[in-house]
Amino acid sequence: MKMLINVPETVVADALRGMAAAHPELAVDVENRVIVRRDAPVSGKVALVSGGGSGHEPLHGGFVGPGMLSAACPGEVFTSPVPDQMVRAAAAVDSGAGVLFIVKNYTGDVLNFDMAAELAEDEGIQVAKVLVNDDVAVTDSLYTAGRRGTGATLFVEKIAGAAAEEGRPLERVEAIARQVNDRSRSFGVALSACTTPAKGSPTFDLPAGELELGIGIHGEPGRERRPMMTSGEIAEAAVDAVLTDLAPRSPVLVLVNGMGATPLLELYGFNAEVQRVLGERGVAVARTLVGNYVTSLDMAGASVTLCEIDEELLGLWDAPVRTPGLRWGM
Amino acid sequence: MLDADFFRRWMTATALMVDREAERLTALDSPIGDADHGSNLQRGFNAVTATLEKEAPDTPGAVLTLAGRQLISTVGGASGPLYGTLLRRTGKALGDAAEVSAEQLADALRTGVDAVRTLGGAAPGDKTMIDALVPAVDALGESFAAARAAAEEGAEATVPLQARKGRASYLGERSIGHQDPGATSAALLVAALEEAAGE
Repeated sequence: MKMLINVPETVVADALRGMAAAHPELAVDVENRVIVRRDAPVSGKVALVSGGGSGHEPLHGGFVGPGMLSAACPGEVFTSPVPDQMVRAAAAVDSGAGVLFIVKNYTGDVLNFDMAAELAEDEGIQVAKVLVNDDVAVTDSLYTAGRRGTGATLFVEKIAGAAAEEGRPLERVEAIARQVNDRSRSFGVALSACTTPAKGSPTFDLPAGELELGIGIHGEPGRERRPMMTSGEIAEAAVDAVLTDLAPRSPVLVLVNGMGATPLLELYGFNAEVQRVLGERGVAVARTLVGNYVTSLDMAGASVTLCEIDEELLGLWDAPVRTPGLRWGM
Repeated sequence: MLDADFFRRWMTATALMVDREAERLTALDSPIGDADHGSNLQRGFNAVTATLEKEAPDTPGAVLTLAGRQLISTVGGASGPLYGTLLRRTGKALGDAAEVSAEQLADALRTGVDAVRTLGGAAPGDKTMIDALVPAVDALGESFAAARAAAEEGAEATVPLQARKGRASYLGERSIGHQDPGATSAALLVAALEEAAGE
């Protein structure tokens, strides 16, 4: 497997150095692995801190900036960051108005953020947490670690970020983040496995001519393998899976997300099919975002996330945002 | 009786074993996890031995709490907090005695394993490190060799199980037929005890 890297051991640090060079509006601490809005702490504003394994770019570091995250903590590839990073991030961005941790529901992320919250509170920082768990592919959650956090993370970070930017208090920002998560559902498919730099070969074996339905974002296989389907058939499978668990009574936000190796030509074509299926199922669409936002290294495939949205949340979604990975209105 | 030096040897032996077995741990983690268990633990235990050389704590409890804190700060993922908590809570349970008996170690380790069970919410049979640690602690009263054998057996017994915790749980029935990488690394930690004792 050919990769544009030096050695696997320095992949994350190298990426952070490059990110720092490209984005002087961010303060990137390469050694301690914390990416912070350069103007933080913003007086009176609730701070949002997220993080997770690297390899999902632009999530999360690419979403740091006005209107979204205050700081992000990248872990090793597909490995959650350590509590020290989150405590450092929280201390750097807390203005006294408190910090919201946005945590995807993976055992490692949950445990490390829990430990970090305790340590940060010991330092006098007020911390609230929201758990993102939008993946409908996990149905038997009594026998698993629960639903995974996937595409809805972007919705939570953007909408709660806008609420914080408006100066709303911590309880309110936390409630909005929770609401966005509760109203969001995702389903993902893989056309190929991804390759982590440390391993150097695909993390699972997916033969040509087959696809994996219901994947997460760590290259872990999904729940079912099937012969390759058309874009239209995949859209039907994904949207119907989401709609079995979400019956939107108002228009939805749509995220058609690439897993890293699927070109925009295919993603836009897939989005056309997603929109067709939503129309056929009587679901109105308020806004649509298409692109590679919550990726799995070089995995080919896509995920669909829907969020049932009301006027307040839509206003927050449309609010200006300026980050490396998501930018509009400013 | 076991002194601080024994516990430093235990950590060093674990680090060496993890180094030696890193590729195997990662290979086990590949079909049911995300293929980084070996490299993550390697990073953590290398940091542990480096710290112990620098700080040289002089009681068994202090060696283990320092090692645990170091794992939490360097490993990440689920393994960092789980192994970190195991060692930290075992160390705390040992208190500040200069030497401890094998029985005291067994009791303390049981406290550590209970803390891991509380933190991760895993029970025996869930296909996790608990499946190696619980039988190991039960056998520790007998000898280090018995504990090693029990841990290895426990790890091997995870092969036919369906995972209910951690990332492998998302595979459902497809997790069956693979040995759990966490139980395998836990067996290394127990085997390193025997090595530290020179048995």
